[in-house]
Amino acid sequence: MKVPVVTQILKANDQVALEVRARLDEHAITAFNIMASPGAGKTSVILRTVEALPGGMVPAVIEGDIASSIDADTIAARGVDVVQVNTGGNCHLDAPMVRTALEHLDLGRADVLFIENVGNLICPANYRLGADRGVVVASVPEGHDKPYKYPGIFAGADVVVLNKCDLIDVLDFDVAAFERGVRMVNPGVPIVHLSCRTGDGVPEWMTWLLEQMPARV
Amino acid sequence: MHELPATKGMLDAALEAAQAAGATRVTAIDVVIGDLSSIVGDSVQFYFDLLSRDTAASGAQLRVRRVAARAECAACGGDYAVTLPLDPACNRCGAVAVTVTGGREFYVDSIEVDE
Repeated sequence: MKVPVVTQILKANDQVALEVRARLDEHAITAFNIMASPGAGKTSVILRTVEALPGGMVPAVIEGDIASSIDADTIAARGVDVVQVNTGGNCHLDAPMVRTALEHLDLGRADVLFIENVGNLICPANYRLGADRGVVVASVPEGHDKPYKYPGIFAGADVVVLNKCDLIDVLDFDVAAFERGVRMVNPGVPIVHLSCRTGDGVPEWMTWLLEQMPARV
Repeated sequence: MHELPATKGMLDAALEAAQAAGATRVTAIDVVIGDLSSIVGDSVQFYFDLLSRDTAASGAQLRVRRVAARAECAACGGDYAVTLPLDPACNRCGAVAVTVTGGREFYVDSIEVDE
């Protein structure tokens, strides 16, 4: 006997993601899931963003890593409320990990939450975390072909940040080819050019970010 | 690596559906996997054999249907299946005006159970 099912396989994760979302909503926190390959500059983008937040807006950070607390230590050194999640080799954060991490943050105080996913362009695309927006950070040294090879992660992005733009000329990075690849799978997505090193693009990036939380600005 | 939790989710979905149908044994699972979902069918089979032991789905046949992503060309109206890496040019008219949709499916479509 054939039984129709049609159940999304990651349903259990998605349900926990809804729980996370409800908990964040309770505290009026806007959350961003930051996804990128290792070394693209996720932590640097978070640090730049935290520095540029309007006065009185309180950030919190969840740092996902396979192991180590190097990134969390860097962020904690700036006085930001941060919790480290070590996935123990798992290649992405999932919603249950974020739910647990929330227990360790002062949600009553925070206005905005940055969730730094594990450096990986594959699995994080499939796991909802309960964030309001998905941010994909690509960086110039990775090459302009990444959207063609890893379309899944770009297809689901609410914004694409192209980091290390100060290296565009040095590395013969083809900006048009990169943007064409992103827009093939995600036609309307904003693409922000940034250099965390020089600070170029920070105002444009902050404009997009603050537009996502109109009630706060 | 990520096929392990994914396969667990698939097995749970199949077992839940079997239980809801009052069946004691799952004989086949039809699963749909999009080409852009980064899920490897052979890997799912490997984990399924391990995870399904001692469950009502032990020994069930796993039938994977792959779904390709599709490209639509705004210039010529072309609509065709694509593979990775994506090609920005339409494979019919060569125009760089292609949008890619679909291919991210990952769900249990149906199961077969003993009456």
